[in-house]
Amino acid sequence: MSPANSREEVLEAAANLRWEVGPDLHDSLMEALYTDAARISDRVLSRDDARPAFDLDRTIDRLVTSRWLGFPIMMLLMAVVLWVTITGANVPSSLLSSLFLETLHPALKQAAAAAGLAWWLDGLLIDGMFLAVAWVVSVMLPPMAIFFPLFTLLEDFGYLPRVAFNLDRWFKMAGAHGKQALTMAMGYGCNAAGVVATRVIDSPRERLIATLTNNFSLCNGRWPTQILIATIFIGSLAPPALAGLVSAGSVMAVVLLGVGGTFLVSWGLSRTLLKGEASAFSLELPPYRPPRILQTIYTSLIDRTLIVLWRAVVFSVPAGAAIWLVSNTHVGGASLAEHLIQGMNPFGLLIGLNGVILLAYIIAIPANEIVIPTVLMLTVVSAGLPGVGEGAGVMFELDSASATLGVLEADGWTLLTGINLMLFSLLHNPCSTTLYTIWKETGSVKWTAASALLPVAMGFVVCFCVAQAFRWLGG
Amino acid sequence: MKPNPPPGACEICPAHHSANLKRLGVNMDRYHFVVALAGNPNTGKSTLFNSLTGLRQHTGNWPGKTVTRAEGGFAYQGSNYKLVDLPGTYSLLSTSTDEEIARDFILFGQPDVTVIVVDATRLERNLNLVCQVLEITGRAVVCLNLMDEAERHRLTVDERSLARELGVPVVPAAARQGRGVPMLIDMIHQVATGGFVCKPHRIQSEPPALKRAVSLLVEKLGAAFPDLPNARWVALRLLEGDARIEEAVRSGELAGLVRAPQGAATAAPAEGAG
Repeated sequence: MSPANSREEVLEAAANLRWEVGPDLHDSLMEALYTDAARISDRVLSRDDARPAFDLDRTIDRLVTSRWLGFPIMMLLMAVVLWVTITGANVPSSLLSSLFLETLHPALKQAAAAAGLAWWLDGLLIDGMFLAVAWVVSVMLPPMAIFFPLFTLLEDFGYLPRVAFNLDRWFKMAGAHGKQALTMAMGYGCNAAGVVATRVIDSPRERLIATLTNNFSLCNGRWPTQILIATIFIGSLAPPALAGLVSAGSVMAVVLLGVGGTFLVSWGLSRTLLKGEASAFSLELPPYRPPRILQTIYTSLIDRTLIVLWRAVVFSVPAGAAIWLVSNTHVGGASLAEHLIQGMNPFGLLIGLNGVILLAYIIAIPANEIVIPTVLMLTVVSAGLPGVGEGAGVMFELDSASATLGVLEADGWTLLTGINLMLFSLLHNPCSTTLYTIWKETGSVKWTAASALLPVAMGFVVCFCVAQAFRWLGG
Repeated sequence: MKPNPPPGACEICPAHHSANLKRLGVNMDRYHFVVALAGNPNTGKSTLFNSLTGLRQHTGNWPGKTVTRAEGGFAYQGSNYKLVDLPGTYSLLSTSTDEEIARDFILFGQPDVTVIVVDATRLERNLNLVCQVLEITGRAVVCLNLMDEAERHRLTVDERSLARELGVPVVPAAARQGRGVPMLIDMIHQVATGGFVCKPHRIQSEPPALKRAVSLLVEKLGAAFPDLPNARWVALRLLEGDARIEEAVRSGELAGLVRAPQGAATAAPAEGAG
């Protein structure tokens, strides 16, 4: 008898025997399994039944998942994390930027001059690449070094499954999976990581919804944009004592808008393209574990912060070069950057943004982290500000938030531009890494394109509406 | 009073020398043994993985955090081990993606040792998975993790009885504090090198009709794939109509699972060395 024949025979026998054992095979197997497990566990497990009078885990759970207090506690924790990040990052940020921009940059320029470097090489390397990196490091490192450990501590403590528990009802109403709360939370670190995390969702339909809406979680590349713009445009409206609180509040509002967007788009998708019922699932609420504070701080600094920072640096080098090149390549009397900005300006202004912001978002497709430095560099080019910076496409020293505000206002920025930039930073295409991840996870060009175009379209519409309302109100 | 151990007893015991453990991180092109980490979600597999390999897989207190397979290595007593961190699953029966990743690796990846990480505070539910894994592979070590929490909840687990019931070594541990890790490494080593021969527990409570069908099918399987180590489990899957296993039978892939008896691997040259 050939091996292939005997193999077929096995399958045949299985098919025949299947009729004999009947349809409840799975159930009886599960029953056997449970019986055995229960028997063994009974034999080896003993418990001291004197219950402690006060069960801390249950008490905390009753509070954080309570119908009335659950949501306020969630928002309060988020607000505290944001506020600590914003106020804590100020000092180290300005220290870093003065180190990079006031000490290192002139030193490098002098060294280059002494070495007799060609002007374009010096410009490309030092004014383009070095300054882009310096900007990214000084703007991103401090908030990340504070935000990630705080978030990881909450995660280590066991709070995330409670968030999922609280939000489950909402996701169900939106026709999505309750575990989407977990992937959404991962997205606040990195959208690419959030997209990979959607693997915890079994149903392909609900997983696709979670993938498409992950972009509504502000990722670490966008937190600095939110925080900086909130500080200089909105925080400055409030008295200095309240500035931190007001800025944190406005970032919080954008976060909540993102959560709202998640529900709305999930609801829309599950009613149209991805029709279906929300599936039931069980989620364990793990016991609270005292977070290992030092270890968490160490690992989240080393793993998350430095890895994300490194990615930003790697992307900012070519971006810095690109910005310097478009600003210094002249076509018909004006630089390439000016042509592009002028071309996009009418549309930008219509939706309450401007050409600089749109061009910056195109240059920053590889990494959201570099949007703000790009915006500032291009602003100097387009406004042709005298006395700021040292030439076209050169980053400059902005030692204070008010100096940044001054530069932006000189180019015609208003409160509306600030608000819309924050909105557009929430509602635009995911970065190229995330798009690549979506394509790899879904294996579909169609859904990848949808996840890029959907948020951009929403961003344009929302910004346009806000601009109309703002102008109508006489802003 | 227990008699004092003879002087030097601890020094002789290999587990005493934590210096024997060499964390290899991701450097593991040459390894002698493959070790899989399986278990329910959120039982501390990734924490254990990190403390064995010196890597820093992201850990977090929520179920479902590990969705991909992570690999790392460690060396102990002159052997190199490749450690594979599998996604946590409640069972290996249904067909979600993460359960499939875990099951396929335990079955087709043929780990030399499967470490089943068990939450000591939720023993019964965790034992469901242990019993399922033991149907697939007998070369297993149960790591009774989160003992610190079990103590906090005033639970005591008689690990010797548990080891006797399951037929595989049981090591109590608290991986977050590093408790029990040296002992676990030693047990992995013993099972891998054949120092400890497992007699895995097999499900006993199935109805008679099922028992008969299984034994008939096991006979047929024996003809097609002599020495298949988990014929009983394959038979059960075939009776349930598991398409992936049917395919493995049809293509003959299952024949690849026939392996040398436990312990013979020691003599085999390091894989991937060539």
